[in-house]
Amino acid sequence: LRSKSGRVLSDDVVKDLADRMERGYEPDHLQPRKGGRPPWGEDHPSPRIQVGRRPFRMEGLLQSARWKGVRRMAETRVVPLPYRREGTWSFDPAAELARLRAEEPVVRYPLPNGGHAWLVTRYADAREVLGDSRFSNALAPSTLLRPREGDEVVQDDEPQPGAFIVFDPPEHTRFRRLLTPEFTIRRMNALRPRIEEIVAQHLDAMAAAGPPADLVQAFALPVPSLVICELLGVPYADRAEFQSLTGAALDLTLPQRRSLEVFGELASFMLAFVARERRDPGPGLLGDLVREHGDQFTDPELGGIGGLLLLAGHETTANMLGLGTLLLLQHPEQLAAMREDPEAVDPAVEELMRYLTIVPHGVVRTATEDVMVGGQLIGAGEYVIVHLPSADRDRSLCAEPDRFDITRAPGAHVGFGHGIHYCLGAPLARLEMQIAFPALLRRFPGLRLAGTDTEVAFRTMSAVYGLDALPVAW
Amino acid sequence: MRVTVDRERCIGSGRCALRVPRVFDQDDEDGLVVLLESAPPAELHDAVRQAAASCPSGAIRADEDGAGSD
Repeated sequence: LRSKSGRVLSDDVVKDLADRMERGYEPDHLQPRKGGRPPWGEDHPSPRIQVGRRPFRMEGLLQSARWKGVRRMAETRVVPLPYRREGTWSFDPAAELARLRAEEPVVRYPLPNGGHAWLVTRYADAREVLGDSRFSNALAPSTLLRPREGDEVVQDDEPQPGAFIVFDPPEHTRFRRLLTPEFTIRRMNALRPRIEEIVAQHLDAMAAAGPPADLVQAFALPVPSLVICELLGVPYADRAEFQSLTGAALDLTLPQRRSLEVFGELASFMLAFVARERRDPGPGLLGDLVREHGDQFTDPELGGIGGLLLLAGHETTANMLGLGTLLLLQHPEQLAAMREDPEAVDPAVEELMRYLTIVPHGVVRTATEDVMVGGQLIGAGEYVIVHLPSADRDRSLCAEPDRFDITRAPGAHVGFGHGIHYCLGAPLARLEMQIAFPALLRRFPGLRLAGTDTEVAFRTMSAVYGLDALPVAW
Repeated sequence: MRVTVDRERCIGSGRCALRVPRVFDQDDEDGLVVLLESAPPAELHDAVRQAAASCPSGAIRADEDGAGSD
């Protein structure tokens, strides 16, 4: 047994930990002291060494054999509950989540390495956890929900520098404050003409090639990908490499070791880019950061910022465009309203965000002290998974939450999260969707599904839900 | 209605500026909220309440009992 950095655990240590856990104890690293300080203190490397031979106390769906498949086998495996969808077109969160929301709103959820997290499914509880500084984004390992291979448990020893989504204040604040002015409504609106141009170019190309087309490859993926590349200054010519890396980074079937390797590869890709920007800062956001704040950030930090924004900037919007189009195609009257009525577009985008909520959960939170949530005690050091799609189908948010209705008054959905980690790029994502959906529907008023229903490829085993393929004709 | 904003809490999500641009704006320098109208007219009260409720960082307060309403 060894950690990612190669530290080998003696059999005695393993046996001791395994025995303690068998008696119901959690590993020490799950239990920071009161006040949030990890028990190993500030000056010691964290003992995030992992314990094998953990007795399985998991639901059937999490048993290791099911996790051992290869990629593209998602259809044949049982999808873990937080990622499971329901319904003819798999738009809805799993029915089991609705039951939990009604009966067990804060429930133990078993983890691949043993132990458990608390799964939070109600809207009010979700907002409470996400808005409460007693929950840390920095303590849960990134591989927490990734399957392990055999007895090997692999975790990150050090968080990726610059990946401020897994930082807490004040370190989080240092990054977020510098990036916030880059994503104001005004800065985003200045991008509008260029986004419209990119959208039009891709629609032109689709029209020129003629039907049928895979809307994901022809439109939904390349538009946000190109936009975020231009915004950051990352060469779009490198897209084959980073698109495969970001896709893999979200792939829930990748075992822990491979998952960390992919994040390492993404970091290397971004480091090479940062080195070029240091020599010759370009016109993008990273060039700006080098010019204006270059002395405040290390290269790995700049790479971490860039990698996070690249990942977040196209994997999310791309899936909203693909899945959102499929949803609109199932509701022709609402599709027509979005196409014909400019006033309908903004509330429609909010309803698409609420109804689809494609990010099942953000960073897993860790309680830094005992906290009551929805009547359940969350102990210091325990993990919390806030289920965003379930929260957005809670009747306390809106009436008839399972009905898709673009005429709703926009409420405070949690599709972009809540609290200090609320999506930094939300204004960009909103703008891209507000431009892309009506432009697509106006260019192809006869847009329809092509081929058979089974050719719509749902991305069931991804940390961001969406479509791998959407064959359309017009 | 009396509106107050807390720029220390604000994370610059821009939801309020997008929803009620007559009352809220964003500072170009730091991206954080700028309050344009602390006593908004009655027809904006619903929208302001919505903006306060949906602010991700809880940086907006809309007090109903203010003498400044209307």
